[in-house]
Amino acid sequence: MMNRRVALERLKTLINDEIVVATYSTASDWIEIFDRPLNFFSFGAMGLASSHGLGLAIARPERKVLVLDGDGSLLMNLGTLVTIAAAAPKNLVHMVWKNGSYEANGGHPIPQQSVDFAAMARAAGIKNVYYADNLESFEAAVRQSLSGDGPSFIEIEIEQGPLGPRSYKDMYKASRRKALREALQA
Amino acid sequence: MGKLGPEAETPVLTGAKIVAAVKRAGVSHVLSVPDLHTAKGLLTPIRSDPALTLIRTCKEDETLGIAAGLNYGDKRALILIQYTGFLYSMNAIRAMACEHKLPICMMIGLLGKEPEVAPQDSAKFGVRILEPILDVLGIKRLLIDSDEDVDGISTAIEHAYTSSEPVAFLIARKPI
Repeated sequence: MMNRRVALERLKTLINDEIVVATYSTASDWIEIFDRPLNFFSFGAMGLASSHGLGLAIARPERKVLVLDGDGSLLMNLGTLVTIAAAAPKNLVHMVWKNGSYEANGGHPIPQQSVDFAAMARAAGIKNVYYADNLESFEAAVRQSLSGDGPSFIEIEIEQGPLGPRSYKDMYKASRRKALREALQA
Repeated sequence: MGKLGPEAETPVLTGAKIVAAVKRAGVSHVLSVPDLHTAKGLLTPIRSDPALTLIRTCKEDETLGIAAGLNYGDKRALILIQYTGFLYSMNAIRAMACEHKLPICMMIGLLGKEPEVAPQDSAKFGVRILEPILDVLGIKRLLIDSDEDVDGISTAIEHAYTSSEPVAFLIARKPI
């Protein structure tokens, strides 16, 4: 089991011009670690980070799109796994950061701790499915996902991070979305 | 919309004309959960149209997220759902269409709406409440009840994208 911030620090060293879609606690950590125009902070409706990522991946097939999803978030939109498998964008990497809790909402547990997201992704028909519970397996899964055709899915076991409240105000500024549009048009 | 006289012709809504209007507005992707109201007359021609990419989703709120992503990637999308799916997706609509003012274009099938009866006068509760909900959300709406109404679709989609605001097309009659 990993510390999320440590894993995100490692992720920073592995990416270049990829679009990163992040949500809730992972987004809060990511913005502190790697604030950049090519970040997209999934907003408004919990569970839709992977849907945002899918739309971006289809619109911009020349770029890899990494979705940093949460386990509670993915549980709100499990159908997304089937939708992604059917649309099959080669450039989409969907990561679920599993800490077994609604960390952003007070740390209450998700309904079932033993849920196997990797198995669900495999059963949905996602092309490449990985599981990571340490930095080495995490880096290997990310490298393989970035170097080959997807869609790819990575279940990442992490420790629970600090409980909120965390501010999302800066994350959702209109200027960030404008910067993303400009970066994609450059 | 009043009752037509017995001699009046029954209006027709042609799915192919709607598809042509959507394409004229530059839409490249259609995001949909099938709706019995539009399944044959609209979704069937869309799925066989090489100029449109159909993305099938499992639930309607996914379409809002995907449409937002497509928009940031500079692609135009149409959401094709039933009114029940619209109601299900309310929080995503609130966030993406209303608060973030994205050009979310929704085509909403009014399954079960009686012919020649205005939506607000329908016996179906879900149909009856649709227009007031759109008004509360501040989302512009066009009632598409016959081929005469189809001409407004391209202009409304174009306006949605140039002004970055949502629009809803209420498909009042089963397209043929």
